[in-house]
Amino acid sequence: MSQTQTNAAGGRLSGRLMQVYTWGIIFWLMLPIFVIIAFGFNNTKGKFNYTWQGFTLHWYRHLFDIPDLTSALLNSLSIAAIVTIVAGILGTGMGFALGRWKFRGTVLTELTLFANIAAPEITLATALLSLFITVNLARGYWTIVIAQVMFDIAYVAVTVRARMSGYDVHLEEASRDLGAGGLTTFRLITLPLLLPGIVAGCLLAFALSIDDFVITQFNAGQTLTFPLWVFGATRLGVPPQVNVMGTLIFVGGVLIAIASVLLSRRRI
Amino acid sequence: MIGRLRSAGAPYFAILPGGLWLAIFFVLPLFVMVSLSVQTGNLITGFQQTFHFANYSHVLSTYNKQLVRSLEYGAIATVLCVVLAYPMAYWIAFFGGRNKSTYLFLVLLPFFVTFVLRTVAWQFLLGDQGLVLGWLKSAGIVGQNFHVLATGAAVIAGLVYNYLPFMLLPIYVSLERIDPNLLEAAGDLYATRRQTFLRIVFPLTIPGIFAGVLLTFVPVVSDYVNASILGGTGQTMIGNIIQTLYLTNSDYPNASALSIVLMAILMIGIFVYARALGTRDLLDAAAG
Repeated sequence: MSQTQTNAAGGRLSGRLMQVYTWGIIFWLMLPIFVIIAFGFNNTKGKFNYTWQGFTLHWYRHLFDIPDLTSALLNSLSIAAIVTIVAGILGTGMGFALGRWKFRGTVLTELTLFANIAAPEITLATALLSLFITVNLARGYWTIVIAQVMFDIAYVAVTVRARMSGYDVHLEEASRDLGAGGLTTFRLITLPLLLPGIVAGCLLAFALSIDDFVITQFNAGQTLTFPLWVFGATRLGVPPQVNVMGTLIFVGGVLIAIASVLLSRRRI
Repeated sequence: MIGRLRSAGAPYFAILPGGLWLAIFFVLPLFVMVSLSVQTGNLITGFQQTFHFANYSHVLSTYNKQLVRSLEYGAIATVLCVVLAYPMAYWIAFFGGRNKSTYLFLVLLPFFVTFVLRTVAWQFLLGDQGLVLGWLKSAGIVGQNFHVLATGAAVIAGLVYNYLPFMLLPIYVSLERIDPNLLEAAGDLYATRRQTFLRIVFPLTIPGIFAGVLLTFVPVVSDYVNASILGGTGQTMIGNIIQTLYLTNSDYPNASALSIVLMAILMIGIFVYARALGTRDLLDAAAG
């Protein structure tokens, strides 16, 4: 941006003020994250992890000492993996169809996806629970999977469709003209073109699944995921292992996000 | 001929699996919930369909306080989000230079920690003997009986904290789309910065604010995690009631009725916004 444009947007002093303000908000947004990470290294003696007692790696060594917390974390990870695969496939189909063709039902499909994303989480959660209650299906691991796929499909579909704006149908036709069959064209032309969108959609689905609380809580029965376990533990005090797991999920997520950004840059 | 048939069916073939999933587990359940909301009975004797519409007047009169409180907290938190997010989005869009995406990444960074855990961290930070108050108390700045948790302010602060990025991103996108030449032209025509902002920049960002309000207000009103963790008995929101009725009391008909009341209120709001904006813009905004 040139000097005159910057001047029109705001002077040097107000620019400075807004810069300080922006960093202030970023600090505020990050403050709980710092606290979570720091107190995973806290040498706390009692049950309460409230004051700083000195540095230790004890909780990293004894990360899996609380069996039901460990199984909750494993549930979260395995559910997110299954959900990402299923929602990834179903959502890609919908996003691709919406971006590739104009057909009867486009409006209905878009409206359904829009309603699914815009509806309050608690509505999706209670409606699905009402169905499970009515058909007398016991809630547990697989109802969580069903519920999370239900809210992830739309996000994958919208992400895939957004990346299809530059999709050139002529490439498919050229492939056909050169004698490639439908399946070969899909594998060699369509899929590679869609891949960045699919990867982005799947990463989003995985993140939303790991993080989900409301829809999962309503449809979980006695099964616990990591967020549900943490919520249940708040009244009694959260053990430092939770901080460590939160830290590891955070670091893992950030690394994957950075890697995917770098990869997509390289492709361009 | 077969090839043509296949290509005509192709979009439906691609849509069908996902579409069926959404039909069975998203659309159908909404009707089931409506049916459940006018039933009577209890967990032991079972629930019968009696078209007992009195469930609605019952939940409205019993829980109107929590309903009003949720809308009030939602409105306050949403307005605070606009006020807090706008200057930041403005600075990133116009002064961010090459680091724009870095700033956005920093805004999104907290999302890599589970929502519940972030809120628990605030409970820990704001606790009576926690990091912030413990320090303020030992420094004598606030009294020993001063507390933040279990107040409306704590719940609203938690809501603003958790949903601020949903407001910031659409406002940022609308600011980022503004043609810099417009600002230059305004400057050339001797508009003051204030005039440039009020007459050019702000009107162009109204769609972004609309989208941000939608993305913030809907989840904030129906949130119950912040009220459970940061609030006390006086800050119960409508989501807490719905959760208790379903999961603790197993009072499914009244729980469904209350959930539908909340949905109806929010859906009317969404419909008004969708008419003003068009669904496609909203979908793009929702996808970030």
